[in-house]
Amino acid sequence: MSTTVANHPTRPPAQPATLRARRLPKYAPPVIAAAAVAVAAAVVYGTSIGGPVLVVAVAALLYLAGLFAAANAVEGRRSARNRTWSALIHSAFVLAVLPLASVVWTLVSKGVERLDGNFFGTSMNNIGARDANGGAYHAIVGTLEQVGIAALITVPLGILCAIYVVEYGRGRFAFAIRFFVDVMTGIPSIVSGLFVLAFWVLVVSPVFNDGRPGFSGFAAALALSVLMLPTVVRSTEEMLRLVPAPLREGAYALGVPKWKTILRVVLPTALPGIVTGVMLAIARAAGETAPVLLVAGGGAAINLNPFENNQSSLSLFVYQQAGDASKYAPARAWTAALTLVTLVLILTIAAKLLARRNRLGR
Amino acid sequence: MAKRVDASNVTAYYGAFKAIENINLTVEPKTVTALIGPSGCGKSTFLRSINRMHEVLPGARVEGDLTIDGQNIYDRDVDVTAVRRMIGMVFQRPNPFPTMSIYENVVAGLRLNGVRKKSILDEAAENSLRSANLWDEVKGRLGKPGAGLSGGQQQRLCIARTIAVEPQVVLMDEPCSALDPISTLAIEDLMFQLKDKFTIIIVTHNMQQAARVSDRTAFFSIEKTGDPGRLIEYDNTQKIFSNPSHKKTEDYITGRFG
Repeated sequence: MSTTVANHPTRPPAQPATLRARRLPKYAPPVIAAAAVAVAAAVVYGTSIGGPVLVVAVAALLYLAGLFAAANAVEGRRSARNRTWSALIHSAFVLAVLPLASVVWTLVSKGVERLDGNFFGTSMNNIGARDANGGAYHAIVGTLEQVGIAALITVPLGILCAIYVVEYGRGRFAFAIRFFVDVMTGIPSIVSGLFVLAFWVLVVSPVFNDGRPGFSGFAAALALSVLMLPTVVRSTEEMLRLVPAPLREGAYALGVPKWKTILRVVLPTALPGIVTGVMLAIARAAGETAPVLLVAGGGAAINLNPFENNQSSLSLFVYQQAGDASKYAPARAWTAALTLVTLVLILTIAAKLLARRNRLGR
Repeated sequence: MAKRVDASNVTAYYGAFKAIENINLTVEPKTVTALIGPSGCGKSTFLRSINRMHEVLPGARVEGDLTIDGQNIYDRDVDVTAVRRMIGMVFQRPNPFPTMSIYENVVAGLRLNGVRKKSILDEAAENSLRSANLWDEVKGRLGKPGAGLSGGQQQRLCIARTIAVEPQVVLMDEPCSALDPISTLAIEDLMFQLKDKFTIIIVTHNMQQAARVSDRTAFFSIEKTGDPGRLIEYDNTQKIFSNPSHKKTEDYITGRFG
């Protein structure tokens, strides 16, 4: 190796004599960190210009500078840059996780107060401003039914649409579909709510409802479908495109018809990704408030029938309780928010497990 | 089982680009025929047009007549899936179905074409794996995923999968180019055995391989980039490699060109 470098006419050999280099001792980074925190605390509290948040921020900057200086002095420039960038990347990760951890902590700490049987077993029917109890049973039922119906509508439709676009669609029509799916992705949720209000609640449903507008859980499900469909189509489309063409050709070469190839080879291969996309869509829909607010009608009583009369949902419940004047309402709102997040989490984990079971263990 | 393949004036396009022009060639039953030639000369295109795999790509089409024992597979009333069941194909890179086990991979062709009976599937799986010289290596782990095998084993799995549907002709598109010499040898041995039952057409870049395994060799070439590939010479392998009639063939096999 050295000979080829040495023979190079324009560049003199820059080979180091030894492969060993001086390294910072293992205890150096923690020591620098501790020193940074101490200095930052002394400066911030000594001048009393801020609190713990400022201490952390100043300490982080001091740590980066100190680490760079120490590494530069002992290990050289390249290594100093490496250490500084690694530290920056780790700090970016911490910064990204911090809000999430904070949200979870807030939800759990404030939501635990009303985490009782009464909350999950009762509705808000006949609960006045002075009543401490009252629960979200009706809202939980509403969310499950509305999101369930929306999923029943969008998952088959979305997957079939994606299959058309990827496997069959050619030319302008497929292009137009993709374009409008992209446009739909950007629809604000309130617009989809207004659309269903104008189209379904005020125009179509009165036909079955003696001329009265039919606010219902089903209308909310329709509005959520409008929001979920583009997400399901787009994510499924991406996953189907990731299935290598040789797999399809391998099936064709066995004399397997195209529809069966898609059903038995392409879809199973893409399934874990499709499930993730569907779960993201469901999670988004479960958290939507605006469309439900406009078309479901809300309501404090338990209504198990999504096709008739007003229904509530968890996000709507949170919205209503958070704005309620009763001193007991905020606690109910926090617990409902915690319930909603937990529900989505459980659904996601269940779907992931299901998708994994269909795949073979390595 | 084995059938004769007869190509006359086969021309194939990718959109407006003409990839091969006027290929005339007859492959006898129960022989191994090698297609050789420089990259981009249309060997693979010709191979893929034999089981109508060429037209899978958007814009690709084939003109001319390709007959299997007298039946033109490009007739309007021909069922493409029936053609592909009769003419199997092994690809350059092993492509076992990732969601299926070894067993499921082998019987995929049968199962997806409606065979349900377990005794038939079991028998087909064992026979094909034995024919592909893979049975002894995998018989204890048929339920494990096919993607967990080594590259050479995966390719033999794909061969087993192909012969499980009992095709008449087996097409191989550089089946050993992603494999090490030992796996290559295993697959070449396999071709010798399969020749008793199937007509085999193989595309290869490895001229020693063509000389070792094939009875007849077809040499394809192009004038320059952008021109369609043409069949330059088609003869007994021994003749091609010892005394070719064309200067171009000689240049190619002696390594002076391509």
